[in-house]
Amino acid sequence: MNVVMIFSPIEMASASILLLLVFAALAGLLSRAQSVLIGLFSVVATVASALASAAGALSVWNGTAERIILLLGLPDLPFHLRLDPLAGFFLTVIGLLSAAVSIYSAGYLKGFLGQRPVTRLVVFYCLFLAGMAMVVLADDALFFLISWEVMAAASYFLVMFEDERPETRKAAFVYLVIAHVGAIAILLSFGVMAGIATGFESFGGYTFDAMRQASFPLGWATAAFLLAFFGFAAKAGMVPLHVWLPDAHPAAPSNISALMSGVMLKTAVYGIIRVTFDLLREFPWWWGAIVLGLGIISALMGILYAMMEKDLKRLLAYSSVENIGIIITGLGLAMVFFSFKLSVLASLALTASLYHVMNHAMFKGLLFMGAGSVLHATHERNMEHMGGLIHRMPWTAALFLVGCISISALPPFNGFVSEWLTFQAFLLSPSLPSPLMKLFMPLGAALLALTAALAAATFVKAFGVTFLGHWRGEHSSSRIHEVDWLMRTGMLVTAVSCLCLGIFPATFIDWMDEIPLQLVGSRLSVSATASGWMWLTPVAQERASYSGIVVFAGSLLVYGIVYILLHVNPGKLHRGAIWDCGFQKLTNRMQYNATSFSMPFRRVFGFMVHVKEQVTLSPQTAHAAFPKRLHYTLRIRDRFWNWLYKPVADASFWIARKVGRLQQGRIQSYLIYSFVTIIVLLLLAAL
Amino acid sequence: MDLQTAAQINSFLAAFVLLTAFGMLVQKRIYSLIHLFAWQGLLLSINTAIVGYVASKHHLYISSILTLSLKVFLLPYILHVLIVRLRIRREVETLVNIPMLMLIGLALVIFSYHLMAPVSELSKLITRSTLAVALATVMIGLLMMITRKHAVTQIIGFLAMENGLFFAATSATYGMPLVVELGVALDVLIAAFIFGIFFFHIHTTFDSLDVDQMARLKEGD
Repeated sequence: MNVVMIFSPIEMASASILLLLVFAALAGLLSRAQSVLIGLFSVVATVASALASAAGALSVWNGTAERIILLLGLPDLPFHLRLDPLAGFFLTVIGLLSAAVSIYSAGYLKGFLGQRPVTRLVVFYCLFLAGMAMVVLADDALFFLISWEVMAAASYFLVMFEDERPETRKAAFVYLVIAHVGAIAILLSFGVMAGIATGFESFGGYTFDAMRQASFPLGWATAAFLLAFFGFAAKAGMVPLHVWLPDAHPAAPSNISALMSGVMLKTAVYGIIRVTFDLLREFPWWWGAIVLGLGIISALMGILYAMMEKDLKRLLAYSSVENIGIIITGLGLAMVFFSFKLSVLASLALTASLYHVMNHAMFKGLLFMGAGSVLHATHERNMEHMGGLIHRMPWTAALFLVGCISISALPPFNGFVSEWLTFQAFLLSPSLPSPLMKLFMPLGAALLALTAALAAATFVKAFGVTFLGHWRGEHSSSRIHEVDWLMRTGMLVTAVSCLCLGIFPATFIDWMDEIPLQLVGSRLSVSATASGWMWLTPVAQERASYSGIVVFAGSLLVYGIVYILLHVNPGKLHRGAIWDCGFQKLTNRMQYNATSFSMPFRRVFGFMVHVKEQVTLSPQTAHAAFPKRLHYTLRIRDRFWNWLYKPVADASFWIARKVGRLQQGRIQSYLIYSFVTIIVLLLLAAL
Repeated sequence: MDLQTAAQINSFLAAFVLLTAFGMLVQKRIYSLIHLFAWQGLLLSINTAIVGYVASKHHLYISSILTLSLKVFLLPYILHVLIVRLRIRREVETLVNIPMLMLIGLALVIFSYHLMAPVSELSKLITRSTLAVALATVMIGLLMMITRKHAVTQIIGFLAMENGLFFAATSATYGMPLVVELGVALDVLIAAFIFGIFFFHIHTTFDSLDVDQMARLKEGD
């Protein structure tokens, strides 16, 4: 408590960043003692993350903004740092998940001992965490972009960790390209805002404070917003800029995937909120409509692709696209409500969106760590080669199940709360004055409901095929063991967070109340927690209410009763073969698997993805009706590669070839280019 | 010497500078080319001294002496040594035939006068009429670099361009600050040395100083 009194939140956050940077600088000294390095790294990263999280939580609680001006950077352009409740909220999320992942990493990285040095991973991991914390603390465009690039570059090297595999290199390259295209858009957006704020003659406009005080003409504000939205959407992995996600996540080590998906994508959400609600402040309703529409498309496409996947980590990556879509949808709703001056509804939608940010960080972090544990134990990412792991890895299975329930938005876990709040916001859209929006809102709500249902189906598949049924792998499953206690602790922390966020939503909404008040001018807690901490009532008691703790107690009760009823007479319970439906000669290859599970969805939604199915019969058969062997190949590709990326890539190569003709190697030609240029410029000057 | 005379001498020298520039543009023999270059340097040096005397800018004397020693003696000497060492005897061939080259050069001179007409009207300096000649010299130097195949003639073209710039500086503003001129002089000297060293290497690599050979350095498809 005293420590809290002595140091202000921003000092704690800076100390945490400093700790990470110093450790990153010194980690190389320990590269000879790898296991010591891993242990020390885990302790330092956990402590720093916990410190950052505490700083963020405290700052949200205080509800005030603190600033520091660092005389670093370019001469006359110092770095501005600012910790306000919005930044504090994201700092809390980042700190909380990275603390859990850092504990987990201690166990996970031991798997690399003796195989490859982890020094590089440790260094860039620390830089990555520091970069993310710096992004949310930055209060000027220069420092923001530097932090943004530190984060992007560090994560690139983390994805590249296992660089001997060509697919890793390709994934990292695609990630780098999309990240940089996005960064350029963000840079331009800040350029527009800084230029409007103080004009291009002075550099004073680069601080966010100057941008906050400026008033933007609609045209320039729209340009700045669209550029920023494009740039941040590239980082967040929104459709159609999502293609780097499903490649980068399977390529990266699992603890890195957990961080990238859990919190790095959220820095982009932070960027969108910062630019729209804090820097530009006033906008027409159709900005919100764009954001809303793209959010829903992302959510739906993301979960459809996830459904089709059989690679566990790719599935989770696509599911991140979906969840980002839900977050962005909430944000779009908030923007629409805010532009019509419905500040209470805006605060509801914004709170739902932020709550989902927190939730997704927790359960997606948990799921990626779970997938990492499975990978650690089985060295397998393909779900078709898994199965029955619940017997070998009971802890991981239970924790993974918690993640699956949370992400499927089932009460009493946290996913339900935020999606329910988003739906509440949708259901209140009839109060909008725009008839066009009134018309489209129910459609959006319906698509969101479809997304939620598909997400549940996807995670039934993910859990069922991985942990239930028989082992499908080629080798025996007897070598597979539960992961060590460090990895379990990391997952347990996030699982408990998922439960707490699901049971005590009113408390958390009360805590983060200052953020909607500062951004959209209204607080939610007045109505949301009107009936005490147990009941969450977003608008009014009569309209809708939810109590996580009651649902939790109820489900515990039902579980207890069922357990007692089943075990009161042990003779009634007997074990049979798994999934054999009474036919007792099933082999492992006859089971329901990932591809067969998703088959109905492929039939219904196949037109939205690029599906290529091929069945070939082996020729050496006595009779056509009795083929010896049947080959079934299924290729599912992202349609966006052919629709969007291939034309762009082809066009750039074509232009490059055309321009390349200028270079022909003769000095005289180059001199003629200069000569003609000079003459033309002189002519222009003379005219 | 009154201003009128000085202006006339300046114009007279400018005419000769232009003449040497044209001479270099069409001269086929490499020795004569170097001699013409040296003459041009001498004209520049005299011009600078006269401008310095008339405008009583005494630092121009220093740059005049610098020009004299560098462009009239040292650089031609270096080029001479280079030619002897590399045993270049071949006549220099141009890419465009000589009458055509003369016509292009004329067009450039007219263009320069057209460009500089408004500037000369505004200026109050005695040397204002020679600005167009300076610009023409620069462009003729560049034209020379474009039309010659031989590396040594290209360096002479480059140095001729530098002469034009120097001439422009003296006639437009009575010379640049001394520090800048010293820097430029040093640059030219170093450039000449570097070119010299490169020529030896190019000569040993390609067994020729024909720049067309260097097209082989281009990155293949």
